[in-house]
Amino acid sequence: MPDTRDPAADPDDARSPYGNPHEAVAPTGGGGALDLAAGEAGTLGAPERPRSLWSDARHQLARDPVFLLSALLIAFLLFIAAWPGALASGDPLSCDLALSQEGSRPGAPFGYDTQGCDVFTRTVYGARASITVGVCATLGTALLGGVLGALAGFFGGWWDALLSRLADVFFGIPVILGGLVLLSVVTSSTVWPVVGFIVLLGWPQVARIARGAVLATAQADYVQAARALGAGRGRTLLRHVAPNAVAPVIVVATIALGTYIALEATLSFLGVGLRPPTVSWGIDISNAAPQIRNAPHMLLWPAGALSLTVLAFILLGDAVRDALDPKLR
Amino acid sequence: MTSAEAAPRPVTGSGGAEPLLEVTDLVRHYPLTRGVLLRRQVGAVRAVDGVSFTLAAGRTLGVVGESGCGKSTLARLLVGLERPTSGLVRYRGEDITRLSGRALRAVRRNIQMVFQDPYTSLNPRMTVGDIIGEPFEIHPEAAPRGDRRGRVRELLELVGLDPEHASRYPHQFSGGQRQRVGIARALALRPEVVVADEPVSALDVSVQAQVVNLMRRLQDELGLAYVVIAHDLSVVRHISDQVAVMYLGRIAEYGTGEQIHDHATHPYTQALLSAVPVPDPRLRDRGGRILLTGDVPSPADPPSGCRFRTRCWKATGRCAEQAPPLAVPAALADDPTPARHPSACHYAQTRAPDA
Amino acid sequence: MSDTLRPTTPAPAATAAPAPDGPPPAAPLLDVQGLRVEFRTRDGVARAVNGVSYQVHPGETLAVLGESGSGKSVTAQAVMGILDTPPGKVTGGRVLFHGRDLLTLPEDERRRLRGARMAMVFQDALSALNPVMTVGDQLAEMFTVHRGASRRDARARAVELMDRVRIPAARERARDYPHQFSGGMRQRIMIAMAIALEPELLIADEPTTALDVTVQAQVMDLLAELRRDLGTALVLITHDLGVVAEVADRIAVMYAGRIVETAPVHALYERPAHPYTRGLLDSVPRLDRRDGELYAIQGMPPSLTRVPPGCAFHPRCPRAREVCRTEEPPSHPVADGRASACHFWKETLDDLR
Repeated sequence: MPDTRDPAADPDDARSPYGNPHEAVAPTGGGGALDLAAGEAGTLGAPERPRSLWSDARHQLARDPVFLLSALLIAFLLFIAAWPGALASGDPLSCDLALSQEGSRPGAPFGYDTQGCDVFTRTVYGARASITVGVCATLGTALLGGVLGALAGFFGGWWDALLSRLADVFFGIPVILGGLVLLSVVTSSTVWPVVGFIVLLGWPQVARIARGAVLATAQADYVQAARALGAGRGRTLLRHVAPNAVAPVIVVATIALGTYIALEATLSFLGVGLRPPTVSWGIDISNAAPQIRNAPHMLLWPAGALSLTVLAFILLGDAVRDALDPKLR
Repeated sequence: MTSAEAAPRPVTGSGGAEPLLEVTDLVRHYPLTRGVLLRRQVGAVRAVDGVSFTLAAGRTLGVVGESGCGKSTLARLLVGLERPTSGLVRYRGEDITRLSGRALRAVRRNIQMVFQDPYTSLNPRMTVGDIIGEPFEIHPEAAPRGDRRGRVRELLELVGLDPEHASRYPHQFSGGQRQRVGIARALALRPEVVVADEPVSALDVSVQAQVVNLMRRLQDELGLAYVVIAHDLSVVRHISDQVAVMYLGRIAEYGTGEQIHDHATHPYTQALLSAVPVPDPRLRDRGGRILLTGDVPSPADPPSGCRFRTRCWKATGRCAEQAPPLAVPAALADDPTPARHPSACHYAQTRAPDA
Repeated sequence: MSDTLRPTTPAPAATAAPAPDGPPPAAPLLDVQGLRVEFRTRDGVARAVNGVSYQVHPGETLAVLGESGSGKSVTAQAVMGILDTPPGKVTGGRVLFHGRDLLTLPEDERRRLRGARMAMVFQDALSALNPVMTVGDQLAEMFTVHRGASRRDARARAVELMDRVRIPAARERARDYPHQFSGGMRQRIMIAMAIALEPELLIADEPTTALDVTVQAQVMDLLAELRRDLGTALVLITHDLGVVAEVADRIAVMYAGRIVETAPVHALYERPAHPYTRGLLDSVPRLDRRDGELYAIQGMPPSLTRVPPGCAFHPRCPRAREVCRTEEPPSHPVADGRASACHFWKETLDDLR
């Protein structure tokens, strides 16, 4: 790659008006943002409305096909998680052993599993556990990690040192091994132990991002300007630092949501996540795995639903990152 | 300390009444530490290393120097964004470097700052109206709640922006307009002193003149005193009554615009002046240009004696041993010309024409 | 259309009497004709370069003067063939180098030209140099890649080059990495790299903007000296009227993607023929003159997605009339080697300062 070191040929250094906000594209005000001194300049542009960075991001999302597709899918998932009965009329727990591993038939398009339960109904009902775990774990990690990370980055000192070391400790715990050990002692069949476990191991990731974002933002000139005006720490943090540091946290959290759902399924597959009678894709995949040769449909549907859900959330995260990433503006 | 007396009104005669701002022997060192657990100091970056000057109400002090000379640190010290390692900053006779809490906030109302980069000094998530109105929220006593919108509109008008645009966001403005917003914010609390750190260097040439003119107009209208930090000598010359030339944390030369620009006696000032390209091709081969060799030494390890000696063509053994004080050089003490002004050089002398 | 926009070529034989500091009469080394570059942005299509034409003769220094967003850097990138595409796109014009149109050249042929016969110096040397390679290796690579020199040989040439751009203790410093050099020294290294293969054309994009005044003077001096020794033609892109006055032979003033005036340096500073040039010259605070209020061009440069119709400068122009709002001024020949894209160039020229 000789060219990358050739000063004349290195495209990274080409200061295109796109890459550098100070060049070319920067005077967005143009004719619209009228300077009194500019006199008639204001008559040239169309009147311009106030556009916050958030509303800019919203507009971009509304035009992003990836976002629209994933949002549609997620809306559908949320709907069946809330009202599974609207789609599947049966009861996921009423099974008939006589129908064990039967294939597709009218009224049961996905066939039956080993226990003779309707795979379609169970797949629909499984969405609730996955979505609940994903959303709650994400909210938990974002809140805990976001707040702790922001405080560490903003106040620094021993508080930062303590928190960073603590985060390192939790980073060091292998997720699966930790899950097998910690969750095996739990007997509850609700989603909460799993949510708690994911939050416990997931917050350091968010905290690191939040800390970095806050550290970077705290150096910004406008934060210095607020300090020079005499703004207190609380105002500086809440008014100036937090709003400008929150975007990366949102992005990380959105992308993490998909992986948390996958993690829940993995833990359930291993028998330490959700327990029957809770309906979960992970449990169903676990039950179906030994029968993959005789009855692949048992595995296919819950696994497909899981993959699609994870994919939808990761795509959403990507779209959100594109809209919020300050480097693109 | 000699330099305290040497930053003197008597010499320049333009100080007038009691000084508004009096800086004495200001020092800011940033400790260099090594080790994670057991931090031990292995040295210090001497960003500002003994700076003294006075500023009278309604006047402008220009501080020029190259990167690393400590001029931006000086600005941050003046507005209280940093605490000095030692030295005093007196505002109306009161030392403000040790103040905290309420007393510090009260002083801050009177000393405000304009930042260099209009693209990063405004919070992108706040409207321009909120940005300019924030000083009133921090200092509620400055304006009654009901008045604030009106005050924001007044301020926008004052700096030449359309008050109707208060609800817009910074990214909807051009660089010059943003700098006007930054100036409006600094003026909201009606300060007496405005410290401007490179206020126009990030702006386009055609817009620089607008902002310079605006700053001068505001000074006349509001009686502001400015400390203008800049690397551009022409801008400083244009707006300053007094000029301080800084090199490696110290003031090398101090005087009126005329004294510094036309009768510089410090070799560094002379080199700096001769290096500035003059926008007139007829003066292209004017000669007498002093080309300095090498770069500015690191402020973590400044040369002994005179800081400039490593790049100076006049340097002798004396310069390495003895730091020249900022004072009117003895040789020029009886000089009737404007060459008689403080200059921290053992061999201070004006340049012979076409040297 | 684009033809009318072109400033008059420095009429080769038509007038025998050469202007006092007119360009050399030889065939141009670089001939940019009606170049157009567009960028697709969220706010619409930005016409960053809108019909730019200029010539550079062998050994000559052409200064391209303009503010941010004037299109001066984009023009250079298009000439060098290092435009980011997308979002940028050359939509028209020709770039003749020794009479051959670079825009129609296959990419690998263009790449061979870059570095060897035309080179570029950037504003930010730190990001233009490879941070994980020693500067000696980076310089040596120019010779191994383009000239097929042996490693040993290339190494020696690299040290020689560093000497030439006056880096003290070149042999030792060749083993250092870019971040170990000061800003001025890094700029010297980049210049060394650009002149390594003795190109005929050097494009310098704001080469001294990031440097301190005293270091800037050193670097400009070095550039001038190398240019004299090697006979390199230099295109100097800058916003600094002072730097231009010090080194340029000819000047092209850009505004909103167009060249509004071209002239030899002395003529331009003495009697500008475009109100924008005039305004720029008047608005610069001068060390050798101190007056009251600075002249300020009103308003601000337009957004490239919304360039005003007619003459792009008319909203800010003290001389603007109705015709300026509706009709784009063609490039009027003002004198030998001079052109101005202003309907009222004559009045501007005669309006003595």
